[in-house]
Amino acid sequence: VSTGGQPNLPTAGAGVATPRVGSGMLGRALGRGRGQGGGPRFGRLRSGIFMALLAGISILALYPFVWLFSASFKPQGDVFDNRLIPRDWQWNYTGDPTPVPGDERLFALPDLPMLSWIWNSVWIGLLAASIVAVSSAIVAFAFAYFRFPGRNVLFGLILATMMLPGAVTMIPVYLIWNEITKLTSEAGALAFMPDIGVNTQYPLWVPNFFGSAFYIFLLRQFFLGIPRELFEASRMDGDSYFSMFRRIALPLAKPALIVVFIFELQAKWFDLITPLIYLRDTALYTLPLGLKTILDQQGAGGGGEGRWEIIMAGTVITVLPMVILFAIFQRFFVEGIATQGRKG
Amino acid sequence: LAATAGSNAATGPPSGTRRRRSRFAERETWTAYLFILPWVIGFLALTAGPMVASLYFSFTDYGVQQIAGFEPTNRVGFDNYRQLLDDPRVALSLKNTFIYTVMTVPAKMAVALGLALILARLAFASGFFRTVFYLPDITPPVAIGIMILVLFNGSTGVVNRALEFIGIPGPFWTTDPSWIKPSLAIMSVWTVGGTMVIYLAALKAVPSHLYEAAAIDGAGPWRRFFNITLPLISPALFFTFIVLTIAGLQTFTEVFTAFFGAGSTGAEDPDAALMSVVYLFRQAFTFFNMGFASAMAWLLFAIIMVITGIQFLVSRRFVFYQGDSR
Repeated sequence: VSTGGQPNLPTAGAGVATPRVGSGMLGRALGRGRGQGGGPRFGRLRSGIFMALLAGISILALYPFVWLFSASFKPQGDVFDNRLIPRDWQWNYTGDPTPVPGDERLFALPDLPMLSWIWNSVWIGLLAASIVAVSSAIVAFAFAYFRFPGRNVLFGLILATMMLPGAVTMIPVYLIWNEITKLTSEAGALAFMPDIGVNTQYPLWVPNFFGSAFYIFLLRQFFLGIPRELFEASRMDGDSYFSMFRRIALPLAKPALIVVFIFELQAKWFDLITPLIYLRDTALYTLPLGLKTILDQQGAGGGGEGRWEIIMAGTVITVLPMVILFAIFQRFFVEGIATQGRKG
Repeated sequence: LAATAGSNAATGPPSGTRRRRSRFAERETWTAYLFILPWVIGFLALTAGPMVASLYFSFTDYGVQQIAGFEPTNRVGFDNYRQLLDDPRVALSLKNTFIYTVMTVPAKMAVALGLALILARLAFASGFFRTVFYLPDITPPVAIGIMILVLFNGSTGVVNRALEFIGIPGPFWTTDPSWIKPSLAIMSVWTVGGTMVIYLAALKAVPSHLYEAAAIDGAGPWRRFFNITLPLISPALFFTFIVLTIAGLQTFTEVFTAFFGAGSTGAEDPDAALMSVVYLFRQAFTFFNMGFASAMAWLLFAIIMVITGIQFLVSRRFVFYQGDSR
């Protein structure tokens, strides 16, 4: 069965080119079907009617983005005028032409270091995503390639932890980090180490060294799709297990690794509760917590001036990188999401 | 796939080979454990260990004094669990969370399924629409919380302007207690793209010959939908049902952003928006009532498990797994 080209399925995603395994590897390894869809294709007339309907729904889907974007270019009084093209344009992002307190622009707000927050979100996201992709791949490879006692029980345990609500472990994990904080403080037994723990950014990315259940599952499915002969050949060449993993498995798994990387980048970019729990100093914040702080300080009820044009600009800064990432890696987003449904 | 050395070793080849093979198998086993070690450590340190610890703390008065080391931790028996029953805000938060979940999950599933059914059969441009409908799902939850405040603003928000336009006076969504949860739910339906993509993938896996056979038998579109499409995509429906329910019961970021903190609506911490995880978070990390919060976490865990369990039981009757799927 050809999985590379599926002429009848324009939305199936043409698969991902990898050096040695044919395109469509991701889709095939993840068990994508090759049927026709929910029934026969619509005819021209019905296609036209449904196109009109979908166009209407598209407006609902896109309107909030356009509203947000244009509101971020309006002066304070016009934010809620609901025009999609601002009557008067105002640059709310950078610079500080009128240094009146309470009238600063987004990047010049006192005590709200927007640039640091962006940088924190970027480096923590990239680091966390790289770490979790590699650690999950190592674990996933073991479950896909090796036979060992307890394998099925352990893999069942991984699947079970996917269902576990994060709220249960949130408190004790915080208490663990709190103990680590004491150990690495000046009076602690590990005082020679740098401060890690509460009010540092380590809790945001260090847990990624241990892999993540969903990613392990996804990568295992992918590794199972790689012909075993490739690994046996590498063993014949005298590779150790680890170099077999590094030289054969990792390069072939590139499309799945990209999916994991993107998902984790997105997860870190979205995460509010972890920074909320662990970070106290404003300079350490990531973007979601920073944006929440801007909302609380500049929004109407919080004793601020109700500077919604600034809040809108901050929201645009938070949303836009994800839109760009999606524009570049759309296929990986969609295929990764479609995979989730295959767990059931 | 190739049989492994491990399974061969048991069949008892000549002794020389056998020893080499079993050593090989040992090495393989040993290597496998080494490979999964990161996850094992993480599981013990960040999942299993914390769960046990959490259970222990739920029977203690562990709080801000104990964290700082000023006072010893005392066992308090079932006091925290009794307090859960006495605290009206626990019941309120659970009620809010249930209402929100019941509003959100069926609405999201219905909208996602409707869109997926159309997209799967569209002759052209379905890729374009899929992209457009997925786009809201990449909006960070904090941004969604802010969007609720601006789009659903009672006097100036665009939602009410649109309702005015068709002659309906809109409610004060973000301040009126009876409209806070509907506004959250509507915004949640906006991010339906991921669910839609899952259904779309499931629809594409339905073999076309089934439809051809049904057409020959004279089955109309409704019968085809109920007798072919729905059973064959039921695993995907079931999966999203579970995942959306668990996510709904744990909803936090959007609600917290819009309605808690320094009070961006002007209203102080509206009771109508108090979700379970929000209350849990406040008890744990604002007031540091770790013992009480641990008990609440276990209550929430038990509730989620019971609901998921019921969903699994019910699903046995309705979910159809293709025997030969892969």
